[in-house]
Amino acid sequence: MPHSPSATPADAPSDDPSRGRPAVADAALALRRDADGLHFSAHGDWQLRTAAALRARLDELPRAAGGEAVALDLDTLGELDTSGALLLCQLIERQREAGAAVELRGGDPGQRRLLQRVRDAGSAPCPPQPAPRNAFAAAVERLGAGCCANVALMLDFVAFLGRATRVFASGLLRPRQWRITSLVHHMEQVGLNALPIIALIAFLIGVVVAYQGSVQLARFGAQIFVVDGMALSILRELAILLTAVVVAGRSGSAFTAQLGSMVVNEEVDALRALGLDPMHVLVLPRVWALTLSLPLLAFIADLAGLLGGALVCWLALDIGPALFIERLSGAVDAWDLFVGLVKAPVFAVLIGLIGCHNGLAVERSAESVGRLTTRAVVQAIFLVIVADALFSVFFGYIGL
Amino acid sequence: MSDDIIRIRGLRNAFGAQRVHEGLDLDMRRGEVLGVVGGSGTGKSLLLRSIIGLQQADAGEIRVFDERLDALSATRRRALQQRWGVLFQDGALFSSLSVAQNVQFPLREQLDLPAGLRDDIAALKLRLVGLDPAVGDKYPAELSGGMRKRVGLARALVMDPEILFLDEPTAGLDPIGAADFDSLLRELQASLGLSVFLVTHDLDTLAAACDRIAVLAERRVVAVDSLSALRQHPHPWIDAYFNGRRARAALDRPDNRGD
Repeated sequence: MPHSPSATPADAPSDDPSRGRPAVADAALALRRDADGLHFSAHGDWQLRTAAALRARLDELPRAAGGEAVALDLDTLGELDTSGALLLCQLIERQREAGAAVELRGGDPGQRRLLQRVRDAGSAPCPPQPAPRNAFAAAVERLGAGCCANVALMLDFVAFLGRATRVFASGLLRPRQWRITSLVHHMEQVGLNALPIIALIAFLIGVVVAYQGSVQLARFGAQIFVVDGMALSILRELAILLTAVVVAGRSGSAFTAQLGSMVVNEEVDALRALGLDPMHVLVLPRVWALTLSLPLLAFIADLAGLLGGALVCWLALDIGPALFIERLSGAVDAWDLFVGLVKAPVFAVLIGLIGCHNGLAVERSAESVGRLTTRAVVQAIFLVIVADALFSVFFGYIGL
Repeated sequence: MSDDIIRIRGLRNAFGAQRVHEGLDLDMRRGEVLGVVGGSGTGKSLLLRSIIGLQQADAGEIRVFDERLDALSATRRRALQQRWGVLFQDGALFSSLSVAQNVQFPLREQLDLPAGLRDDIAALKLRLVGLDPAVGDKYPAELSGGMRKRVGLARALVMDPEILFLDEPTAGLDPIGAADFDSLLRELQASLGLSVFLVTHDLDTLAAACDRIAVLAERRVVAVDSLSALRQHPHPWIDAYFNGRRARAALDRPDNRGD
């Protein structure tokens, strides 16, 4: 066979285990031009493995001049798969665009059938990737779209809050409908099981605050005031805030993931089809469980934080337990505890509703569960801190 | 190389005390469409998963292309796995990728091809399975069940496999869609020279697309034969399956004689 010197060899590793048959010589496309016109002949295996090199070769081939006859010889063709057939079809198509009909010669019947099948499938392409846009315009558009999406999200959340309130209010007077089993289950999940980690974190925060305070106050010789500062900040702010943040990360995300998977599985649709309101069956028990658990968790966090502070006072500052308790009862009163704990149910409702709202907003894809779980945690922590700031302003205003 | 593209001897799969397969033998010939049927829980899908290496069998030998998958090095195993394509029940498309990206995924991971050629190949496979390549920029969540199956088939075909494994390809399709799928499968099998391992419950598919049918019962393959031969088989389950009321309705139509 006349191997054209310009034939492009394609890689065909001879010890390739991926094909059971012996690897055949390099795939190539030879070209001869004479008085009869253009003669192409395809050699070797036209397969996926060799397609990249063959494609490059196709791009450099000349097209038929006006009225020239074109022949494509398949006699020396080795293996042919759909990718190879696609390339042959592209070759034929290009010559046809140049005004020449291509005459096929040789090839075994199976290969010709495959070629015909690929040609019959047409040549419609995939839609092109969108061209890159002006970076500035794209950034502005993203900003705008982001703002609109956030406003829509906020409105949607308000609507969700309204629906939850309505279902809550209508269920309140019908104790038969309360889902006690579900409530207890979720209280165990979000309350009891979170207890160790929250107590530990609060204890460590108590240690840190007391220690940092003692270093600063030592400069004024006022170490005894460590107790006041530590106890006030723990009781009024730190314990509840940390508890809420940990619960948002732990349980808010769990709510989103649970409800999201149920949406993906069509379980939520199944509930609706049974005439049950997911708000009643899924959302309320979770939000209730959080609302009941979070104040308890915050109270434990208060105690653990004070314990941590007391330990630092005792070991580092020689303020013994008796003196600590005396200072403590002088520095804080029941209002300080109350100011901290009263925020807990509000935070709980925020975390629970945000978690469930995002969970029910999941679309039917695995990716969306992950994305909305992240979003739920970020939103919950953000709103908890916003609410905490509002509480601070409010308590300052009424003089607590 | 023997004519049997898949050869299974003495396969045993058990979960605790529950033995699903025991002493299972099965051969699949090169170039045939082999249907696998069996009651629910007889381990049809498990058999498929065992062959493609997703399930480690407890005992027995599985040879595909005359190679034991479990005895191969990771590289050779990967090379072998490129020679088959799998269509899972609901398509198992990657939900974070568009249709075109899904179909191109094996090409992108396994081969180093220019992007333009990848696009062309993906578009061709979509056309071959009867889809308009314009669906390429949609995401799996936006497709109907039948379209997801077709995209899954395009992805399974993209590496030009020698064996195609199909797990209940027509389940959940309407009868017209299922019939289309049957003829598509037959046509692709003929033009691409595929061997097809087909797990199905669909009597029409068995009649329209399969050369031979393997029946799973009593933890093993109790019979492998053509449809018309199986209809004469004395085994009670096979008789009930192929001569039951639904089977008669499906198989006695003149276009479905299966012989």
